[in-house]
Amino acid sequence: MARITASVYTSHVPAIGAAIDHGRTGEPYWQPLFKGYEFSKQWMKEHTPDVIFLVYNDHATAFSLELIPTFAIGCAAQFKPADEGYGARPVPVVIGHPELASHIAHSVIEDDFDLTIVNRMDVDHGLTVPLSLLCGQPQAWPCPVIPFAVNVVQYPVPSGKRCFQLGQAIRRAVESYDEPLRVQIWGTGGMSHQLQGPRAGLINKEWDNRFLDRLIAEPAELAQVPHLEYVTEAGSEGIELVMWLIARGAMSDVAGSGKPPRVAHRFFHVPASNTAVGHLILENCA
Amino acid sequence: MALDKPYKNIPGTTIFDAEQSRLGYHLNQFCMSLMKAENRVRFKANERAYLDEWPMSEEQKQAVLARDLNRCIALGGNIYFLAKIGATDGKSFQQMAGSMTGMSEAEYRAMMINGGRDPKWGRT
Repeated sequence: MARITASVYTSHVPAIGAAIDHGRTGEPYWQPLFKGYEFSKQWMKEHTPDVIFLVYNDHATAFSLELIPTFAIGCAAQFKPADEGYGARPVPVVIGHPELASHIAHSVIEDDFDLTIVNRMDVDHGLTVPLSLLCGQPQAWPCPVIPFAVNVVQYPVPSGKRCFQLGQAIRRAVESYDEPLRVQIWGTGGMSHQLQGPRAGLINKEWDNRFLDRLIAEPAELAQVPHLEYVTEAGSEGIELVMWLIARGAMSDVAGSGKPPRVAHRFFHVPASNTAVGHLILENCA
Repeated sequence: MALDKPYKNIPGTTIFDAEQSRLGYHLNQFCMSLMKAENRVRFKANERAYLDEWPMSEEQKQAVLARDLNRCIALGGNIYFLAKIGATDGKSFQQMAGSMTGMSEAEYRAMMINGGRDPKWGRT
């Protein structure tokens, strides 16, 4: 059977992608940030999975206001990096895993999560920046990726509680797949940031670090935090953090007998453009 | 019974909910059209004429022409859509975000480097 080996959490700030694409990672502004991902790139080489299930949000790229799916799973064979208005990022095409993606869609829908199935979609920085941070600038991404897009743009977005439950359903789906694939689940976005209005630029280091602590140690309790606290404390765009609870919910210590995950890496940095950057790698213990 | 919308009271913040989305539908869809290079060229060549192709309110069109992002947001715009205007103008996301705060670009950048805006800002 397939199994989830680890979960990875990271912010997906577009300016990070631009810094990588334009060779600016060595600049004093960016150096401390990329230093925090050096361990992760090495870890990724040593723990390359067979598939990455990548939870992210689309930023008015593939989904305009014509269609706003709350949870959308990419079942296509490949996904092109999108032109978000500055030209497409010079990164490899994302190869999907249609068999596993369709299997997960089937299982999760039967488990009462009404996913939208997407068979054609371009992917924006929300998906490609995490890949760049963990994999660098390869000719091809190291493994297939299943994009899983969550609406966090138009309110109300799914609750932390719902996301945490969905993660558990995704784990059940993965574990009911016959082929013995090693799957990583990534939760992306956040941390505290606000991109709009007179309060733009908000950063809440204390709240962010408490979120990281609780995500590791007491995710079920963290999942009870209401939307209002996210937007009040972590800024209007900080609400993206609910997506981390999908990845955390898929770990084997949740609603099961598994041991708590091992914290392989933890990093926090301010700022990347307008945003606080958080990053965690949690490994499932055998 | 009315819906509970406690997020309306967060200082200096407009949460893009279904109500704002309905108000800003055409404004945001206009922004979306700037994802295509040929539309960016047409918009830059004659902004007013391009805007007139969209069933937006006059107030929305004026807010776009003035690049008044706070006004655009009050009229139903969402920042991820409005960012397409900034991209067309060659502005970074930081320049766009900073433009809504009343600070200069340098002041805003310095605030971010020094750890960002205090989360208690604007609270009573």
